[in-house]
Amino acid sequence: MANTVLFMEDVFVTFDGFKALNKLNFSMDYGELRCVIGPNGAGKTTLLDVVTGKIKPDSGEVIFKETTHLTRMKQEEIANAGIGRKFQTPTIYENLTVRDNLELSVKQDKTVKAMLLGAVAGSAGEKVDETLEITGLRDKQSWRAGLLAHGEKQWLEIGMVVVQDPDLLLVDEPVAGMTDRETENTAVLLKRIAEERSVMVIEHDMKFVREIANRVTVLHEGAVICEGSIDHVHEDPQVIELYLGRG
Amino acid sequence: MKNAPISTSLEQKLGGAFLVAAALFFVVVMPSLNAFAPPGSVLHISNFTLNLFGKFLAYAILALGLDLIWGYTGILSLGHGVFFGLGGYCMGMYLSLAIGVDGVYQSALPDFMVWNRLKELPLFWKPFYSFPVTLLAVVLVPAAFAGAFGYLAFRTRIRGVYFAIITQALALSAWLMFNRNELNLGGTNGLTGFKKILGYSLDSVGTQRGLYIATALVLCGAYLLCRWIVNSRAGRILLAIRDAENRVLYSGYTPSNYKLFVFTVSASLAGVAGALYAPQVGIITPGRIGVLPSIEMVIWVAVGGRGTLIGAVIGAIGVNWARSYLTSSFPDYWLYFLGGMFILVVHYLPDGIVGLARDTYAYLEKTKGKLFRTAPAPSVDPAPAMTRADRS
Repeated sequence: MANTVLFMEDVFVTFDGFKALNKLNFSMDYGELRCVIGPNGAGKTTLLDVVTGKIKPDSGEVIFKETTHLTRMKQEEIANAGIGRKFQTPTIYENLTVRDNLELSVKQDKTVKAMLLGAVAGSAGEKVDETLEITGLRDKQSWRAGLLAHGEKQWLEIGMVVVQDPDLLLVDEPVAGMTDRETENTAVLLKRIAEERSVMVIEHDMKFVREIANRVTVLHEGAVICEGSIDHVHEDPQVIELYLGRG
Repeated sequence: MKNAPISTSLEQKLGGAFLVAAALFFVVVMPSLNAFAPPGSVLHISNFTLNLFGKFLAYAILALGLDLIWGYTGILSLGHGVFFGLGGYCMGMYLSLAIGVDGVYQSALPDFMVWNRLKELPLFWKPFYSFPVTLLAVVLVPAAFAGAFGYLAFRTRIRGVYFAIITQALALSAWLMFNRNELNLGGTNGLTGFKKILGYSLDSVGTQRGLYIATALVLCGAYLLCRWIVNSRAGRILLAIRDAENRVLYSGYTPSNYKLFVFTVSASLAGVAGALYAPQVGIITPGRIGVLPSIEMVIWVAVGGRGTLIGAVIGAIGVNWARSYLTSSFPDYWLYFLGGMFILVVHYLPDGIVGLARDTYAYLEKTKGKLFRTAPAPSVDPAPAMTRADRS
């Protein structure tokens, strides 16, 4: 289990008798850019909910960086421990500037007292500048975030998660609703981010998955049915039957 | 300077001059015109009017707190009458005890206790012999109450309309409680018959003027406190919670702590408002606590303009001014007017009076450019409401 950033063992989650995760076993190494695919209802979003603490599993272990047991932690504790989550629909602070959006997300003391009385950490500005640069939002840093285009909002939110300085980034369907051009830029952005961190991307767009993934995990009915390179997954008869074949 | 929240841009444009002028007007000019302008002159402000404005300014303090939680943080509280009442009753208890033996029954106990055949002052009344303790209680009792209530509500992730409903239930149950004689707070009649505050007669014009000035000063202080909070980084988190609470949570903040903080501050401001109201109006009753007054308070803020602070003040004074005019001139129509105003604001002016002023200003700026075509029309500003503060 050495070198794993995320390790999940025999995880069960049930909603009213429906097994959203059914003895899920999953692990991911440091520095990986992993794509998780699967048909609707396969448990992809539930997987993210379990890792980020939104849902407590009925049983099973979820271990971050070999020693941190996530199932016992609150959502904000998990975020501060180094797991960032990008939501499926752009979730940003529409009435604040792009820069403020990033500044508030920087890793810092996030208690009411510190935010009320304390000054911004000196290093925060540099981190924000750097993130503005990689997300291509530098020229729009003083815009009200609500005025950004859909794709830009997605990049801003990815930037907000990056500036949190997480070891593991969870990204839920980042290119849904994007133009081809925006999708290409997003692929470049995620690959760049993955140079320094572990990234898990949930995605439907197979072209995009082919573009970015080192390894692909296929979920079906709450369990992993196949894992490997994109070509390996593509040739797996079970996967073809269950998922890819239908497209 | 850091970028302030967008909603402050109007005030920034006015350069704070308007605010200073308004503060001077309420703190200095109004009481001076009352004291020094000869009665009968157009400039004279009657004792009645000054007293009326004392009440309005007290309401404005509450409205500031309500704007903090509703306008900035997006949490609708329909129970602020309770906190107003708690502050008002704390002050009322002090004022009742300050009557001493000058009451109708010449007893050391407040009149209603004699009426209810109480032999001894209930224990929880005793601290209110002291004025300093009363002042502390005015702030801390509503804060403690809001703290306990908010802790339970926010920890269990009660949000949105559900929070509004339980605060409304809180207002209703508090109203029922305060109506009961067993609570030893005067029942339906509340606390009244006040005579003195700190030894000064409440009937004297000077004392009432002093109370008015104190209220105006506290309003200024409350405004500065709220402005400081919303301009801090914590204030930006409040806006962030309003816009995307989940993002705040997943960025490692604990939104419930921020909500609890702002709810408690807001309740304290309401308590202070109630405490300033009681001696100026001369009575505090359960009628100030219930569901209806709590909803009216929300309307003040909606009419003035949410999330602007200054709008809360304008709304509280404006709506109550209209109320006092209409209830005396057209007593039957006040409630229709209030309802109509609320519908009008919700439908056509979601940002209230301040929003209307802001839009008018922006429109004038735009048309001015069109009227005098001296230069090519400026390109459309992508972020018209943005502040352009230097970021270096």
